[in-house]
Amino acid sequence: MNTVARLLRWETVLFVLCVLVFSFGATTTPEFTEQGNLSFLLLDYSEVALLALALVPIILTGEIDLSVASVLGFCSALTGALWEAGLSFETIVPLVILAGIVLGSVNAVLVVRLGLPSLAVTIGTLGLYRGLAYVVLGDRAVTGFPENYRPLATDSIGFLPYAAIVVIVVGLLVALLVHATPAGRSLFAVGLGEGTARFSGVRVGRLKIALYLLSGALAALASLIYTLRYNSARADNANGMELVAVAAVLLGGVSIFGGRGTVAGVALALLAMAGLRNVLFLDDVSNEIQNVITGLLLIASVLVPVVVKPRRTNDVPLETTSVDDGRRIGGDIDGDPDRRLRRDHEGV
Amino acid sequence: MTATLIAGCGGTTKGSDAASGGDEKASEGSANPDAPLKEGLKIALLPKEIDNPYMTVMDKGGTDAVTELKGTGKAVGPSDAQASSQVSYINTLIQQGQDAIVIAANDPNAVAPALKEAMSKDIAVVTLDSDAAKDARQVFVNQASSEEIGRSQVKLIADQIGGAGKIAILSATPNATNQNTWIEFMQDELKKPEYSKIELLPTVYGDDDDQKSFQEAQALLQKNPDLKGIISPTTVGIAAAARYLSSSPYKGKVKLTGLGTPNQMRQFVKDGTVTEFALWDPGELGYLAAYAAAALASGQITGAEGEKFKAGKLGERTIGKDGEVILGPPTTFNSDNIDDYDF
Repeated sequence: MNTVARLLRWETVLFVLCVLVFSFGATTTPEFTEQGNLSFLLLDYSEVALLALALVPIILTGEIDLSVASVLGFCSALTGALWEAGLSFETIVPLVILAGIVLGSVNAVLVVRLGLPSLAVTIGTLGLYRGLAYVVLGDRAVTGFPENYRPLATDSIGFLPYAAIVVIVVGLLVALLVHATPAGRSLFAVGLGEGTARFSGVRVGRLKIALYLLSGALAALASLIYTLRYNSARADNANGMELVAVAAVLLGGVSIFGGRGTVAGVALALLAMAGLRNVLFLDDVSNEIQNVITGLLLIASVLVPVVVKPRRTNDVPLETTSVDDGRRIGGDIDGDPDRRLRRDHEGV
Repeated sequence: MTATLIAGCGGTTKGSDAASGGDEKASEGSANPDAPLKEGLKIALLPKEIDNPYMTVMDKGGTDAVTELKGTGKAVGPSDAQASSQVSYINTLIQQGQDAIVIAANDPNAVAPALKEAMSKDIAVVTLDSDAAKDARQVFVNQASSEEIGRSQVKLIADQIGGAGKIAILSATPNATNQNTWIEFMQDELKKPEYSKIELLPTVYGDDDDQKSFQEAQALLQKNPDLKGIISPTTVGIAAAARYLSSSPYKGKVKLTGLGTPNQMRQFVKDGTVTEFALWDPGELGYLAAYAAAALASGQITGAEGEKFKAGKLGERTIGKDGEVILGPPTTFNSDNIDDYDF
């Protein structure tokens, strides 16, 4: 049983998907494996990856932050306005990161302190922050960012862009936080049942506040890369990117209800999506069809675990469904979160 | 996190960024005006949005020209007009080894680094309709000069009202740069003696909003029942004004012209509300740009001022200041030719 479970781990499925995408690319389009293309492939997904990494811990607690791309847009507009006002880029960087954290704290206050549902709150701030971005910069574009910083967002060592190195470092830090610290264990506990976690001494509120601040900071970092990469600060930058980031997190096997998922899974999902997008571009597949394929992939990622689920009844007989229902309504009357934790970590 | 960005990335900045290499190359190469146009060129058109009807006509004109040249033409592009969404396409076209890219830029600067990289790989870069940063392309094919647009609008209305009477301009917003430049040239044209019997009323603004433009047209005629003609050099304004006139007693009596698309204006031309209006033909714009791209890719031109190239049915064209080529006077549409256009 163990081997079957291991083979069916979602990360394994994603790894196979990555191998399929990349070998398909390499065999059908010779340009795919060229250094310049591989580096562009990674670069083109660096901002999405940072937003996805910001979302992983939040979604693990069962919350969501749909405002990430709007925070990026606002920070980009702010970068433009400050640069236009004559501030040095060295001064702008900390200010913009601070602005991201402030926007994150607004989400945190509304969700944690006022106890409002994060889906509604962040749909609201998605519109609000994007609107504020237009207030800051209008529909103008600011350009002419310093030549000594721009290569950080455009150049590569071999096929590895500097921006991808930033993503990898952030990814490792988030993985450490989620999988190797007491706070990380608390994330899973909160996601599986907030009540139980609270009773076991997890300071749920503080944890969530920290995650929203982190999300704001990472979105601000993504905005700096985005703005430098395109050498263009605009209020509409990264419009709609939150959906790509959420898609990557869900495809990566993180449960939208919280409590289950790995950073590795999300990393593989990002790689597969970036590779697929690039291959489809090179094969002149239209944007609409690309969206259809990504959409189907996402539906498959939620569907497959459900279809494969019956296998699990071997391990956890009968009460599986009732346990799930309990988790969804946040009930947790039927205790023993440990066993569920264990089961959820077994993957699919 | 900032520290990570700086520390993780500092030090060596050897580059795949072609910012420095590209533009030198473009001006370095020497033009050979006698070089034949190469056959089998791969030329790609990259519109602002792939599903925009205006852009679709432009793409068609471009790919038709490539077919005439016995090359392989295609149009690819994003489904939204976001600044950055064209960059992935430019990268793809570079990887595919296209000979030329013809692009209507969504953001002059966001596409510049990618276009420079294309030029550094000997790919000819032509912009049309909306220019990119000047050092990120070799030739820009512009619709028409502002002067030509402004002056030709006055000629159109003067012919229709018999050269005498009150006219008014229904513009977009008070601070729209292109509108105001055209209006200045209209005012200048009206100073000529042949227009001395025409009186221009103060300009009204419909803000490129259908409802507001409709109301402004209505108000204009209530205040000036003896008005003879309206110029609306905006596609939103002219369509709204035409809709008002067509259901008013002024239909056919008050003349309306301006810049509009044939599909918007067809019914008003057919029902006699509008006699003639103008716009450049986006198909010809694409056609001319594709020929410019082929001439660049064949080494006939480099994009320097004064160079000449042949553009099929459009004849010989000369490159002006800053690598700009102008399509020419706007096309005039009336009941005779409007059914030949679909955009």
